[in-house]
Amino acid sequence: MASLAASGLTPILNVLSSATMYQSMIRFAVVLAFAAVGELVAERAGTLNISAEAMLIGGAFTGAVVADRTGHIAFGLICGMIAGLVVASVQANLSHRLTIDQFVVGLTLNIFVLGLALFLDARFRPVTDVASKWRVPGLAKIPIFGEAIFGQPWPMYLIVPVVVVSWFVLFRTRWGLEVRAVGENPQSADVTGIHVNLRRRQTVYFVGLTSGLGGAVLVLAQIPINGFEAGHVGLKGIIAISAVIFGGWTLRGTIFGCLIFGYFFALQQALPSIGYTINSQLSGALPYLAALAVTSIFAAHTRQPRALAQPFVRGLT
Amino acid sequence: MNRISTTNSARQKAFVAFLYALFISLAIISSALLVSVTGGDWRAVLPALINGSLLKPGRWGQTLTEAAPLLLVALGAIFTTRMNLVNIGQEGQLLIGAACAAMIATRGSGPFVMVFAILVGGFAGGFWAAIAGVLKYWRKVPVVVSTLLMVFISTQLTGFLLTKKSLLLDPSGDRPNKTQTSAQLTSSTRLPYIHIFGNQFSLAVPISLIAAFAVLFVLKKTILGFRLSVVGSNARVAQRFGLSERTAGILALLVGGAFAGFAGSLMFTAGAANFRYTSGFANNIGWEGLLVALVSRNQPLAAVIIALIFAGLRTGSSFLASTGVQREIVDVIRSLLVLALLMPPAYLFLRENLKKNSVEGDSK
Repeated sequence: MASLAASGLTPILNVLSSATMYQSMIRFAVVLAFAAVGELVAERAGTLNISAEAMLIGGAFTGAVVADRTGHIAFGLICGMIAGLVVASVQANLSHRLTIDQFVVGLTLNIFVLGLALFLDARFRPVTDVASKWRVPGLAKIPIFGEAIFGQPWPMYLIVPVVVVSWFVLFRTRWGLEVRAVGENPQSADVTGIHVNLRRRQTVYFVGLTSGLGGAVLVLAQIPINGFEAGHVGLKGIIAISAVIFGGWTLRGTIFGCLIFGYFFALQQALPSIGYTINSQLSGALPYLAALAVTSIFAAHTRQPRALAQPFVRGLT
Repeated sequence: MNRISTTNSARQKAFVAFLYALFISLAIISSALLVSVTGGDWRAVLPALINGSLLKPGRWGQTLTEAAPLLLVALGAIFTTRMNLVNIGQEGQLLIGAACAAMIATRGSGPFVMVFAILVGGFAGGFWAAIAGVLKYWRKVPVVVSTLLMVFISTQLTGFLLTKKSLLLDPSGDRPNKTQTSAQLTSSTRLPYIHIFGNQFSLAVPISLIAAFAVLFVLKKTILGFRLSVVGSNARVAQRFGLSERTAGILALLVGGAFAGFAGSLMFTAGAANFRYTSGFANNIGWEGLLVALVSRNQPLAAVIIALIFAGLRTGSSFLASTGVQREIVDVIRSLLVLALLMPPAYLFLRENLKKNSVEGDSK
């Protein structure tokens, strides 16, 4: 009986104690977090920004091309951010200046940017290499977690300032207060003199910057690519939205959500390498199933920004 | 519905036409620029697209056949959007519909089996979409997110069906190139083709046209259509009248998904992939059908025309290889066209609104 329990538990223990597993979990979680933290800011202002996917793709492709051609990873990261910002400016101005439905714009942008990246890929074919690792002395030697948290390629640590800046601007500045007001009750915010659609555009620019950076980090610090493929981003922008919902529109929850989804992505990838085989279709669906299941469990217990996904036009109620 | 409530003067109409022409030509010019900047020959693109979609023998029949599932998907999306729900998982619903139809149709033969399989495919797509409705009203999961995630789940699910001979995989083993496909449909179970002027198109074409008129009728002239738009535009008012948001919402998703499912099962029985179900079966029809609905601004008859244009881009793109321009340019052209067609109404709406606000401001 005891041996039976032990044989059943060994695979679970092996997975739980696998350092590779935690490394890939952190990798996925960090990319998700770049998009999700920005997305959180946008959603608190009332935009359910599904073009986060397009911003990730734009950032990834541009970052890869620029880093490949110039040889500077930092330059690739900056240009990735700019690409995200360009996508964001389309989304922001079409949906919060011209009041075209934000989902329509986002969906079109997702298709457009992916098509454009694949079209341009035939000409540019970026080849990237993973950036050099930064090991924090001492801490990286901690068993199981150490390498995952303190031994990653250097661009991944950019998530720390992004999170800190997001927290500060959203919760500790007047701008952040106005953003949150705009997401809860745009009519009242408008009456008090806040330019509702300007604030919303600004938050979309913000998610463009962070997601573009996230896309660039994806190709420059995680997956060495040889030509861009659709699977590289593979809907991580949408999973990031799920992470925001899972987190109940709080920063803490969002980051926790990214870690959870990162864990499922890592499971999908790491199980075969540790020596366990599960059905390949099941493991392929795992992150998406997990996102759906987790969102279903938590969405009902949280309160979303009241004006989420509602356009603001003065005079309409 | 009609956001542009302006005086119908000739000048206004000319201005609208000018705006459309301006934005469409901007879209085309920027696509051409993109091609020439990347070293292609932009002059070759348009003739190739027109040859591939219309002029070469048998091509316009092919275009019509491709337009039918696009139109069906779009009609479903239009129906769901009337309830103010954003279902963007048509690609998955189409796959589920096609896979279920294939499971039944490859096991029998004869027209009755075919009709039964098509119906089952439609309902399967509907129920798959209704899951998102249940999740929304029971667990408050946004439909946009759940339907999108379910696209990827359905890809894997139908992929799983294709690994088991007891489910969908061809048991006979004479699969071409050992790819994972279903068995081929027997000729008596296939959807009939209509032959006119040396072209042929599937029976799905008239079916989808009839469906367009049916959707128009249901949305404009029946109580159901009225209910959907009332509930969709103001749930609180609807509640006062005793209309349940939950029932209407799930119904709208069910019908919308069923259209996508029908599109899938009709594609399968019309021989979209040589009468076999394969892993890449949906081939973006679901996504493009959704775009058709968005561009046609939820007007079923406009969707007919847009579906034809988009189908032309699809069939035309297969002739692009000879010009040395990548097929992906069609995705770029398509999304630029979408943006171009969305722009003028939005601009007019904004202008109206500014005018209205400034008039109100003056009267104070």
